[in-house]
Amino acid sequence: MQHTAEIEEEATLTDIASILTTFEKGRGSLIPILQMIQEKHKYLSALALQMVAKHLKMSACEVYGVATFYNQFRFYPPGKHQIKVCLGTACHVRGGDIILENFERKLEINVGETTPDREFSIDRVACVGCCALAPVSIIDDTVYGHMAPSKVEGLILGFEIEKEREKREKKKSESE
Amino acid sequence: MNQNSKVKLNEIFTSIKAEAETRLKDISGDNSQNIFIGMATCGRASGAVEVKATFEEALIERKINAHIIPVGCLGHCYGEPLVIIDKPGFPPILYQNVTPGKARLLVKAYLEEGDPVFEHVLGAMEENDMIPAVMEFPRFNQEKRVVMANCGLINPEDIYQYIAKGGYSALVKALALEPEKIINEIQESGLRGRGGAGFLTGMKWQVVQDSEEKDKIVICNADEGDPGAYMDRTILESNPHQVIEGMAITAYAVGANRAIVYVRAEYPLAVEMIKKAIGQAKEIKLSGEGILGTNFNLDIAVFQGSGAFVCGEETALIQSIQGKRGMPQLRPPYPAQRGLWGKPTVINNVKTLASLPPIFENGAKWFRGIGTDKSPGTAIFSVVGNIVHAGLVEIPMGVTLRALIFDICGGIPNGKKFKAVQIGGPSGGCLPDDFLDTPIDFDSLNQAGAMMGSGGMVVMDEDACMIDVARYFLDFTQKESCGKCTFCRIGTKHLLDILDRITKGEGREGDIELLEDLSMDIKNGSLCGLGKTAPNPVLTTVKYFRDEYEAHIREKRCPAMMCRTLTAYFIDLDKCARGCDACVGSCPTEAIFTTKNRKKGIDQTLCVKCGECMVSCPPEYDAVRKVSPPELAPKIERPKEE
Repeated sequence: MQHTAEIEEEATLTDIASILTTFEKGRGSLIPILQMIQEKHKYLSALALQMVAKHLKMSACEVYGVATFYNQFRFYPPGKHQIKVCLGTACHVRGGDIILENFERKLEINVGETTPDREFSIDRVACVGCCALAPVSIIDDTVYGHMAPSKVEGLILGFEIEKEREKREKKKSESE
Repeated sequence: MNQNSKVKLNEIFTSIKAEAETRLKDISGDNSQNIFIGMATCGRASGAVEVKATFEEALIERKINAHIIPVGCLGHCYGEPLVIIDKPGFPPILYQNVTPGKARLLVKAYLEEGDPVFEHVLGAMEENDMIPAVMEFPRFNQEKRVVMANCGLINPEDIYQYIAKGGYSALVKALALEPEKIINEIQESGLRGRGGAGFLTGMKWQVVQDSEEKDKIVICNADEGDPGAYMDRTILESNPHQVIEGMAITAYAVGANRAIVYVRAEYPLAVEMIKKAIGQAKEIKLSGEGILGTNFNLDIAVFQGSGAFVCGEETALIQSIQGKRGMPQLRPPYPAQRGLWGKPTVINNVKTLASLPPIFENGAKWFRGIGTDKSPGTAIFSVVGNIVHAGLVEIPMGVTLRALIFDICGGIPNGKKFKAVQIGGPSGGCLPDDFLDTPIDFDSLNQAGAMMGSGGMVVMDEDACMIDVARYFLDFTQKESCGKCTFCRIGTKHLLDILDRITKGEGREGDIELLEDLSMDIKNGSLCGLGKTAPNPVLTTVKYFRDEYEAHIREKRCPAMMCRTLTAYFIDLDKCARGCDACVGSCPTEAIFTTKNRKKGIDQTLCVKCGECMVSCPPEYDAVRKVSPPELAPKIERPKEE
């Protein structure tokens, strides 16, 4: 396992190196670079930030300082299914925090964390602009409106069933 | 700069316009049927993508010839997904809440058999004798669409549809004028910046134009950070070309050759639309080099903001483009004097820029005729919360809050009472019903203690706790404070802590006065708008809902029964039906148990107060009760397991 992880890491870093060459070396490129890396690799690893710093001839701590200032950037790998709970004003008025709490309780992690099996991660977002559907949650780019605690259970159960099914099918195809 | 030849400009533009009209004929000729589907973010969230796919399938299945045209957002979020079907022999009809099932039905019944399926119709888009027109409803006819005139009616991905509707002709007019004349016209129109503060646009431009520096920059501020306002996103998604046209007029007037659209990365669709639109405008020489055959060049780039509320402030926005933390800077120098990379910079909000084409099209006098004397023009609000017809509303300035909330948006649903309206997001304030007759304009709202701000408007009914609302906004601003000014950084944290303890029933005597003192200190001790306005939600709620604060602090009671530590649910045993299990399955924490006589009880130690049992209890029993303070709930012991 260790071996594949290392290969993966190496591939990621080579890719980041190639991303870096497409940007100008000015400070103005910093945020676009970070955005591009996150878009392709889902998060900013410490090594990635160091590479960016080297490319822009900045100190790593300054790059880290800018990256942590903005809400968009994340520094740990997200789960396979990314759950984003909207806590915009309309969602708050209609009980968005209760929905968040239910996800946290069900998955036994806190907001901003990923489950140990890397299946789910929970984030809070400030308004996705579907206020008429409040409270809203987004899982893997699908927006679920009019959320309720029972819907939380149902959604997660759905993913778990899906995973079981995949496992079974995989086993079946392997045995064939 | 020499005045551009009017004749030559018109000549070039006429050929572009002719092209647009031929293309329009191709899709909306005499006998073609068109299906317009609202495909902006809100429509997609409600299932517009599936609806579009179903329409496509059904048309092929039934071998019907019709164009499907994805359009932006009409602003009527309560009815999404919205579909307009234009069939020869009928007026264009607007259908609401269209599901894939309804889509199939419409194709079969309406397009094939000619029955408009009246039960799903919202209204006709034109006057006719067959179907009531939408213009007969207050939600439509009391609006005044200037900025959003074409939103939801044209395909944002097709520049020619905007041109066919009269787009870019204002730019042609402007290019034939001396830049000074343009600025005069804007000053005459009295246009005030729509970003919230309401600074006179013409004055800002004048400063930049007067600068001797050659390299000037125009920035479109679409960093809409208020959690509850989404009009900038809607405009960029529904009609990006009107914003580009506005930017081109601005750039020409102040003498800039570079422009940047600063848009939130959280708005992926808006980013895509504006990028596409910039490319299209460049292709037919409406941006880029040598616009419309003149020697005016404008290079428009897109910068994605990374999610920091404070970056809506212009100096912070500039910092972030320069690759730094988005921290506001001391003004002066104003960005108009020394802005991005030290160059004179005009920063205008999306709505300000989108207001420009209509002003040049119809003249400053026309614009002055809309709205009030000091705040001419229209205002766009996203009206959300406990309201019947939620969505985006564009109204002339000066309309009262009462007219907006009750007449246009249909009032409060479920027969509840109006309690307060929160205007202007985290920087604004909560106004009670005494202020419903306040006209909506920059100055009146400021006077009342709220502000126009971003245009977010959250309507709250009697079930909303004002302290909880204040705490919510404080929680937001506290997290978003950039940390530069001590009062904002630490003060908001203390405000939040005090509010937190009040909502938890740990409030102390003197807390209200402490909140007021601290709020004033934060206002005085902060550099930018974020800190100066962050205490507004606290100050207005203390001022108008002081009794609620007192109830929380002295009686440990939440009058609205919203603060969860101060409330409890219990089951009324007289009403609970023996043997009914409806609530048991709904409880996420298994707090509901069966009593000895087969009724239900709630284990208060396990209850998380989510309210699901109340929702799931069949209305004929209606046995779940909510009380505050929690001590009022009768104690029912869980029977020991045998």
